[in-house]
Amino acid sequence: MRRFNYIDLVLWLFRIGIIGVVLWGMTGKFILGIGNDYTISDWLDFFVSGLSQGSLYALIALGYTMVYGVLFMINFAHGEFFMAGAMTSTVLVALPLENAGYVERFPWLSLLAIFLSAVLTSVLVAVLTERIAYRPLRNAPRLVPLITAIGASFFWQYYFRGLFGSSLLPFPEFPMFDGKIAFWGLDFQKADIAVILTSLVVMFGLQQFVQRTKTGRAIRAVAENKDAATLMGIDVNRTITITFIVGASMAGVAGVLYSIVFRQLNFVMGFIPGIKAFTAAVLGGIGSIPGAALGGLFLGIIEAIGPPLFLEGLGVAGSHQLKDVIAFTMLVLVLIFRPQGIIGERLAEKKA
Amino acid sequence: MPLLEVNDVHAYYGNIHALKGVSLTVEKGEIVTLIGGNGAGKTTTLRTITGLMKPRDGHVIFDNEDVSKYPAHAWVSRGIAMVPEGRGVFAKLSVEENLELGAFHRNDKENIKDDIEKSYEMFPRLGERRTQLAGTMSGGEQQMLAVTRALMSKPRLLLMDEPSMGLAPVLVDVIFEAIERINQEGMTVLLVEQNAHMALQIANRGYVLQTGQIVLTDKADVLQKDPTVQKAYLGIE
Ligand SMILES: Nc1ncnc2c1ncn2[C@@H]1O[C@H](COP(=O)(O)OP(=O)(O)OP(=O)(O)O)[C@@H](O)[C@H]1O
Ligand SMILES: [Mg+2]
Repeated sequence: MRRFNYIDLVLWLFRIGIIGVVLWGMTGKFILGIGNDYTISDWLDFFVSGLSQGSLYALIALGYTMVYGVLFMINFAHGEFFMAGAMTSTVLVALPLENAGYVERFPWLSLLAIFLSAVLTSVLVAVLTERIAYRPLRNAPRLVPLITAIGASFFWQYYFRGLFGSSLLPFPEFPMFDGKIAFWGLDFQKADIAVILTSLVVMFGLQQFVQRTKTGRAIRAVAENKDAATLMGIDVNRTITITFIVGASMAGVAGVLYSIVFRQLNFVMGFIPGIKAFTAAVLGGIGSIPGAALGGLFLGIIEAIGPPLFLEGLGVAGSHQLKDVIAFTMLVLVLIFRPQGIIGERLAEKKA
Repeated sequence: MPLLEVNDVHAYYGNIHALKGVSLTVEKGEIVTLIGGNGAGKTTTLRTITGLMKPRDGHVIFDNEDVSKYPAHAWVSRGIAMVPEGRGVFAKLSVEENLELGAFHRNDKENIKDDIEKSYEMFPRLGERRTQLAGTMSGGEQQMLAVTRALMSKPRLLLMDEPSMGLAPVLVDVIFEAIERINQEGMTVLLVEQNAHMALQIANRGYVLQTGQIVLTDKADVLQKDPTVQKAYLGIE
């Protein structure tokens, strides 16, 4: 039997405490009726906006997890790939198109141009970062590329601040994402639906790419064993670059989707979504692709539903502003209790 | 002209001088074995032959061409394949995906399918497990997979690093029979083994490596009778 030591005791108290808070909050909410009175359709709204937010996290998280998969490195500059795509496509494409009246006349074409420019920019920034900052450190101790990634993150933030200034930029309004749409007698925000559907399509595409194509197979091989992959004739460096390109493309798509929903951007916009997506990747078990997708969706939903579900009932004022607290509490809890992630894979790797 | 010529190769890990001028040749159609104790430099020798490690000095000449000028991943398309130490199968990929990766550099899709089927004929156990993740298979099955995966690249030279390691005697026999069969079909083999007894039985010639240097080389049957080899590697006093 394992010795019962006092770290275990603290961890258990911690667990019981968390469960207690949640139960107490839900009791307060539903039995004592503290806080606002929400209808079913309000809860559905929370859920759908959470799902939309979660889709964004998922798209960004996939980049974290794939790069971790091939390099065992947390690419902290990944949030900046997202920011670079969103900012550049807004300043260089979306706003000029709006001023020329094209957004109004050709909304879909304009949107396509915005997506393309965002993806291209994110990919360019990612490839430069990988080539210049990460590749020379391929054989350095693990801490070194990690610190470099943080440096790269700051570099890109201030680079884009230098390019586009530090004030909030407005993203043009697209008629097709404005207002609500009804399904089965329920109203949904069009923007949320657009985000969810686009993300699903992108994630499905990624799944097919990784599982079915030769390049996808090469990525999985490199993630597992670089020497063996080289023996198969796989160019490991090229495969790592492709992984960055794929991850950055999804960050670029997420950048535009974020712009559509929030319609305000600036050079630090990548920071919080980046950390949230990292949280999502850890939740799903870093390195796991389905894990990152599910972790993102889960985090988005819990952030949206958590505050009304168990924070309001505790009498917390303005509880919806505490969603970041929920996200980071989740990160800490997962790192303490299940560092391999909630659905972290545990393949028995036979040694014999 | 030998198919493979390793010429006075020196290799280092940091300051550790792991190979101190190793030279060896492998003729087309031969099985050559490289035997030696732990840490002698057998794996390092194979790594320099596959390009995974760049020698600091010396040359690896394959089919009349100095292959050192190619990046490591290009060597397999020159015709050199290796079954690495510890097998190196992709544990999270299925058996079939592992075999497909073996053919990564090839573009003849139709023939690849046929060759995968041939792998299953060679080791029916693999055929029964084609969708199973490689990491969930037994050590012997993984070794079968590692061998067939290497063959999928259609190599002209097959390097094997201790294929018998960690296997039950029955399975060692299966693997060695397979090596002999592959060789009879025309494959040239450079076999690294600690199981010197088995290796010398199927090999034409052998080299004995000791702390980074070739100390002895001869026909396999001569080596089998050599008193120092018997004492050091065959456990015969
Ligand atoms: N990655 C490494 N870093 C530092 N030294 C190494 C490394 N790999 C091998 N060496 C050293 O190089 C020498 C040769 O090692 P090598 O692995 O080639 O031996 P080997 O003959 O294959 O041994 P074994 O039978 O145990 O597999 C040894 O002294 C070993 O300690
Ligand atoms: Mg070895």
